[in-house]
This record gives sequence, C-alpha cells and structure tokens, in this order.
Amino acid sequence: MRILIVEDDTEAANYLAKALREAGHVVDHAADGETGYELASSAPYDVLVVDRMLPRRDGLSMISGLRADGNHTPVLVLSALGQVDDRVTGLRAGGDDYLPKPYAFSELLARVEALGRRPRQQDIDTSYTVGDLTLDRLTHTVTRSGRDIPLQPREFKLLEYLMQNAGQVVTRTMLLEHVWEYHFDPQTNVIDVHVSRLRAKIDKDFDRPLLHTVRGAGYTIRDTAR
Amino acid sequence: MTPLAKLFRTTAIKLALIYLAALSLASGAVIVYLSQNTATVLREQIVETVDAEIVGLADRYRIAGIRGLVASVEARSRRPGASLYLVTDFAANQLVGNVEGLDERVLAGESGELQRVSYTPLGGGDKREALVRVFQLSGGFRLLVGRDLQEQQYFRSLLVEAMRFWLLVLAGLGLVTWIYVSRRVLKRIDAMAATGRRIMSGDLSERLPVEGTGDEFDRLAIGLNTMLERIEALMQGLKDVSDNIAHDLKTPLTRMRNRVEEALRQQDADAPARAALEATIEDCDTLIRTFDALLRIARVEAGSSDAVQETFDAGTLVAEVGELYAPVVEDQGGRLELDAGTGMTLCGNRELLVQALVNLIENALKYAQNPDDAGVRVALEGYRDGDTVVLAVRDFGTGIQDADKERVLHRFVRLEESRNAPGSGLGLSLVSAVARLHGGRLVLADAHPGLRAELRLPAGGASGKRGNGGDERDGRAGGRTGG
Repeated sequence: MRILIVEDDTEAANYLAKALREAGHVVDHAADGETGYELASSAPYDVLVVDRMLPRRDGLSMISGLRADGNHTPVLVLSALGQVDDRVTGLRAGGDDYLPKPYAFSELLARVEALGRRPRQQDIDTSYTVGDLTLDRLTHTVTRSGRDIPLQPREFKLLEYLMQNAGQVVTRTMLLEHVWEYHFDPQTNVIDVHVSRLRAKIDKDFDRPLLHTVRGAGYTIRDTAR
Repeated sequence: MTPLAKLFRTTAIKLALIYLAALSLASGAVIVYLSQNTATVLREQIVETVDAEIVGLADRYRIAGIRGLVASVEARSRRPGASLYLVTDFAANQLVGNVEGLDERVLAGESGELQRVSYTPLGGGDKREALVRVFQLSGGFRLLVGRDLQEQQYFRSLLVEAMRFWLLVLAGLGLVTWIYVSRRVLKRIDAMAATGRRIMSGDLSERLPVEGTGDEFDRLAIGLNTMLERIEALMQGLKDVSDNIAHDLKTPLTRMRNRVEEALRQQDADAPARAALEATIEDCDTLIRTFDALLRIARVEAGSSDAVQETFDAGTLVAEVGELYAPVVEDQGGRLELDAGTGMTLCGNRELLVQALVNLIENALKYAQNPDDAGVRVALEGYRDGDTVVLAVRDFGTGIQDADKERVLHRFVRLEESRNAPGSGLGLSLVSAVARLHGGRLVLADAHPGLRAELRLPAGGASGKRGNGGDERDGRAGGRTGG
C-alpha cells in the first residue's frame, strides 16, 4: 500500500514510516499541512495518516481541502486531543477513522490496513467465506463444513466484521467501534469475552481454528491451511 | 414560586413594612404629643381666663352689690363666645346667666374646685361640655364662670382626623414605593440570576447586565463581571494547559511507546527482555489512560458547549450496555440482571453516558463480591421516575460507608479495600461529571446489601438545563473509587 504520513514530529514520523515500511508498505512523509496537501493532490495514495495539529495548515483544513477537490483517499486522523468531541470534529472534517495519540503501532497498522484494503464492492458482497466457514449476509446464516451455526445477532455482527477484514488484524477498539458503535476505553476484557464466546461456537467442534488471537494487537480470522 | 409570592418574599417588602411601622409610630407619637400639649395649654388658658373673670366679677359684687354683678354678668352673657356665666341666690335660684340644665351638685360644692360639667346653653340646644369654677359670694350668692370645651374637642378631633389621613397617605406611599422598588429590584435580580444560570451551564462568556446608572446593582454587576472575566481567563488557561499537556506529554509518550514496541518487535519470542518491555508498554498505557480520564473529566466539567448532543432512548442504551457486559459478569460466575423500561427519551451525549454506565458496571464488578455468596450479582436498571430518567447499577457487595460516599467522588480517591484492585480512582469522578453535564446527578445509596449507584437525569433533554443540577453532595450522594 502507498501511504502518506503528514506529521510535524519528525521522530514520530520516522518511526511510523519505518514501522510501516517493515510491514511492507510504501511510505512518504510530509512535515506540514501545506506540503501534505500538495503531495496528496499530486500522487495517488491508498491511505493518508494525518496529524491534527500541523504547522502552516492544520490537519482538518487539509482534509477538507482534499475532499473539496474530490479526493476521497481514506484518511486516518491522528490527534493528541483524544476527546469525544475531537473525534467527531475529525470525522466531520472528512476523516475516515480517528486514532488518539499515543497509539499502539499495532492499532494504527490494523486501522490503516482496514482503511486501505476496504474495497467498496465488499460492502455489497452478500457472503463471506474463510476456509470452510461461510457467512451469508442476506439470510443471516453461518455455516461451517455445511453445518449450521446459530449465532446471536451481536455475534453475527462481530463475525461479519471479522470476516469483512479476513486475513487482517482487527483490534479490540476497532471491534468495539464497529460492532457496538461505542467509543470508550473498557478496562475489563469485555471484547475478549465476546470473542471467546464466538470462538466457542465457530471453532470448538472443528479440527482447525479460524479465529486467531494476535498477541498484543487483537484478532484475525484466516484459514491457516492455505 | 408565583411572581406574587416572589414579590412577597423580597427584602423590599420587609424594608417597606419596617419603614411603614417606624413612620407610623413616629407620626403617632408626634400627634399624641401635640394634642396633649395643646390640651394642656388650652386648659391653662381656660383656667386663667376663668380665674381672671371670677376675680373681676367678685370685685364688681363687692363694689356694686348683687345688682351690679347681675348687670355685669348679663352683659357678658350676651356676648357671643365660649364663656359661661351663672349667678344663683342662696336658694339656688338662677338670677342671671347663659347656662341651663346643670347638675345641682355642681353648684352645691365648695367653691374653688375646677369642674368638668355638661350643660345646655340658654335657649336650648345639645348638651355640651364645659370647664367651670364656682365661687362663693357673701350673702349666699354663688357665681359660676366657665368655658365651653367644644372648641377644644373640635381641635382634638381635627388632630385625630389629620393623623388618620396621614397614616393612610403613609401606607399608600409605602405600598407604591414597595411595588416600585421590588419590581425594579426583582427585575434586575432575575436578570442577574438568569445570567448566572447561563454562566453555570458552561457559557463563561456571558456577563451580568450593567445599566450604567452607577447604582449598587451596577457596582455589584461590575464587580461580578470582573470576577467572571478572571474566571474565564483561568478556565481558558486551564483548557489551554490541558490541551497543551495532552499534546506535549502525549507526544513523548507516543515516542516512548513506539520505541518500546519497536524494541519488542526485534526481540525473539522468548527473549528475557520481552517481559520487561511488555510491562513497560502496559505502564505506558496505564499512564495514558489516567491522563485521558483526567482530561475527559476536565472537559466534561467545563461543560464545553460543543459537546455532541443527540436524542436517544435510554432503555435501548441500558439494554445494549447490559448485553455488552452480561457475558463478562457470567464469565466471573455471576449474573447480570437487566430491567430496562421503554419510552425514556434522553437528550445528551450518548457516548459519555455509555462511558458512565460502563464505569459504574466495572466498578460494581470490582466490588460486587458478596461475602455470603460465591457469585457476582449486578443489577442494571433503567426506569422513569416522573420527569427523571434513572439509570441504576446495583451490586450486592459490601457497599460504601456513609462517611466515604462524598469523599470517593473526588479524583484519585480510592477506598482502602480497593487499593490492590487495578484502577485510577477517576471512574466515579467522571460519572458524576457526566451526570452534571446532563443536568442530573449521581446518587450513591445503600441497597442493603451493596451499593446502588443512580444516574438521575432529566427526561427529554438536558439542553438549557445543563449544569444546574450538580448538587451531588446532598448527603446521600458521594462516590466510590473509579475504574
């Protein structure tokens, strides 16, 4: 993926660029909003990672500028403010996702990849398949090896989101945001509890687990046999 | 309170009544003094005149005999005026005079005594009052000289009349003054109170009205406005500091976390440094979380007016949060009892309310261990109580001592029994701040056993009422340590 980082903190930017490159992405860096705007306008990027507080032109105005130009590259907004209001203003300005600083790199990577690999057509896919597990979005049924697996509505939504991002890491906060539409920081292992219930239903009676825990990051659903 | 009741409870009416009473007393005293004095003076005048006439007439008798006296008295009796005369012989027959209908005893008495008598003027008429003196002449004759009191009585009644009139005028004036003053004062006080409420709800840019007359209200308003300016500057400073701290401290924290993460990635899966690095990241995250919680409380308490407002059903919210947390409680071997009513509309910040409920539930989970019962029990309720929507989380643990209920609301306060549990002591502070932001309050009550934490929020919406209901320190309220 080709990623543009717009961040004035050089060390943070360098670290981020390095880590993203290690993850196999192509990374450019702009140190201020004006340069970021020019770069983003002149080259096709898969994802922009934009800090809110930037010299010369602040992050939100840069994003609004791009959106006004008809540029719809997905944007992950980074901010040290990290309040509810800030997230909302960030998303209103045209950001696609929001991550408060400081963030875990695994969280950022998961979100950037989810943004960059979110093909529009997937939204109209009527079913997802991972290995022998199939989820039908129209009939709301889940089958594995031809066997019906009854799920609660929320479990279905959870599995749907995981399968939509099959092969990619999905963090706990991403799950909380997309499956429950909550934006708070739970102190207990609330997400783990729900995931382990789902896992008990889709993996327990089968030889090969599909739902994996990624240590220090989150979860992923993939067929390891492939 | 009705406007009339409000008018009656003002300082103005108390002042008006006090002034009215004092003025009435003073004028009453003046009038009584005046009438008393006048009466005395008039009486002395009467006595002097009467005595002088008696002396004159006695001389006349001595010189000219009874014939001369009768002539003199007859002449004086005919003069118009208030003087009374009467001459009788030894058999009490009336010889001459302008008085009739006198009591016989008046003339029978010893001479010299000043008497108050009633009489009828010669030629008929109403009974009148008079002061008379009877003088014994030689030869059994008696001379009565007196003065009619009608003039004096008239004067007195005039005074009483004047006093009544004056009291009426006073009362009228007092009423008018009171209405004017209290209306004017109430209007300004109400305006000030309204502004005060708006300021309390978070709009620190409001100022109290100054009319420019330089009166005491203006001086008060100017003083308070200066104070508000200072507070606004301080709050702005605080917000700036918070934002700057957030930015300035979080940036190095990000770097630190990044470096540790990077180092962690370069370690082998079983390298001994791994544990240390992972623990460092964990500590970093704890620091960040505490920091975020503090900043969020500050923001919520400042009641920032740009907080997102939306209308939603509180029952659904409670049900959703219950559904999210039920498995967590079950995994701890307990159960979550959910009882959410319907048709409870709330207007406010949904995410903050979810966060508040989650804080309460996580709190309950930490302290819900019932000593008699191995399992954990948490009850989550949402119901409507009149105009109030109550979101309650109840545990069946040991509860909180009354003495601690208030204390525990403060930031970083953690009760002794929770020292070893993870947490920052900020959870309930945030819940309380969220309640106040929505014009409600957090009530901590004993549930015997356990604690019942109630979020009491005004139904329908918090707009316009935000920040008014924050009296969570009403004895019943208080807090436990936060998550």
